[in-house]
Amino acid sequence: MSHVPSDLKYTKSHEWVRVSGDTAIVGITDHAQHELTDIVFVELPAVGRKVKVGEACAVVESVKTASDVYSPVSGEIIEVNPAAVDNPALVNSEPHTGGWFYKIKLANAAELAALLSAEDYEKQIGG
Amino acid sequence: MNFAAMLKRTPLHAAHQKLAAKLIDFGGWEMPVQYTSITDEHLTVRRAAGIFDISHMGEVTVGGAGAEAFLNSVLTNDVRKLAAGQGQYTLMCHAGGGVIDDLYAYRLAASDFLLVINASRIEADVAWLQAQAAKFNGGGLNVHDVSPHSAAIAVQGPQVKEFINTVISGPSTSVLKALAVTDLKKNQIAGFTFENHNVLVARTGYTGEDGFELLGADTMIELLWTRLLAAGQPFGLKPAGLGARDTLRTEVCYPLFGHELNESITPLEAGLGAFVALDKGDFVGRAVLDQQKTDGVKRRLVAFKMTDKSAPPRPHYPILANGVAVGEVVSGTQSPSLNLGIGMGYVPPEFAKPDTKIEIEIRGKRCAAVVVPKPIYRKPTQP
Repeated sequence: MSHVPSDLKYTKSHEWVRVSGDTAIVGITDHAQHELTDIVFVELPAVGRKVKVGEACAVVESVKTASDVYSPVSGEIIEVNPAAVDNPALVNSEPHTGGWFYKIKLANAAELAALLSAEDYEKQIGG
Repeated sequence: MNFAAMLKRTPLHAAHQKLAAKLIDFGGWEMPVQYTSITDEHLTVRRAAGIFDISHMGEVTVGGAGAEAFLNSVLTNDVRKLAAGQGQYTLMCHAGGGVIDDLYAYRLAASDFLLVINASRIEADVAWLQAQAAKFNGGGLNVHDVSPHSAAIAVQGPQVKEFINTVISGPSTSVLKALAVTDLKKNQIAGFTFENHNVLVARTGYTGEDGFELLGADTMIELLWTRLLAAGQPFGLKPAGLGARDTLRTEVCYPLFGHELNESITPLEAGLGAFVALDKGDFVGRAVLDQQKTDGVKRRLVAFKMTDKSAPPRPHYPILANGVAVGEVVSGTQSPSLNLGIGMGYVPPEFAKPDTKIEIEIRGKRCAAVVVPKPIYRKPTQP
């Protein structure tokens, strides 16, 4: 059964968001890493890039497939996680913590209301 | 509409479900792509042993006084080289020289052959063989597709020889004399008895490791799977799926129909000239292949390694030489054994030499790579 931390918000496309004032951290969920298994490559957006909600801004590659990561929120990328790039397996082992992808300055806090709660995400993945 | 219900299942489907395998649609078959992790299953095969369900593959028997001559007229390799109990890798081409399938041909007796063919090509191969057989003038010939009730398992890895004799005990009962399964040499095949069932055992495989492929009736295969898993477990045997099968064969540059081979690629372009006996007499496609041998091929299959850290190369990604697109990747992956991107692709002959620097375009980015000799992965030799 996938781990779904209750302090995070989620998207239908298996990204999570940890909000902290006017910034947020984004990554992919335990369910996503479990579906992918064996993550071998992570491509993150450049710091300074402005993304729109729903925009493909990162790529996660497993042995068999490349998957796009869609930004759950609009804003400016202010930091990316070098550990995820250097050691892609970290995304499998610590998807909600050490395997985070990027930090973003929120452009529109109202978008947060459209995200799923842990309970709703859990329902979606059949938990 | 439930697509999953329309997929074909092998007799080991229940076994895969018991192991909580991740099942996918593989050419119309519901097959395990992995049980735990592709990387783990791959490394387990290289270091210990893996067991694969290959029941989706096809089996065709070709028998009668005309069998040898018939097969030599439709396959590229020379079956006259085969004594009873021997098999050979071979290809079947159409008149234009393009590949209909790559397969293994085994001689079970003087006039008795078994062809093991790709699952995705069963229909095409059987139709072709039957059409060619109808035209054949050389004596008694019967061609039967026995795929529907045949099943098969592959056990591959350095530890397989440590436990397989305890599951299938010798001596052999047909085809070739062997005191034990492990007495079979590479490419040999013999009939053994497994708990009152007949099983054909061939020392062949698709991983680059030592191992065996076991063929039998669909009614006995689940028992064989269970026994092998139990006997092999203390030696590190794990079930392995199609994901690992693909990374293993890519590392040793074994072709996969639909990637390195298809109906518009010839065996010579694919670098498989060793399996084309141009001197054995006429066979379908011979004239074109003979001309290609004289004129040289216009494209060659090469193996390559990524030389900088990058995303893995994948089928259809462009190959560039001197900044210009010259070909395409046909197989590509992150190599679990080597921890870098590897693959194979077609390029014009002038770029086919090992050490040629090339680039692979990965999602719009040009990533450095180098042509390497085949196989890309070689077992470390004993000191």
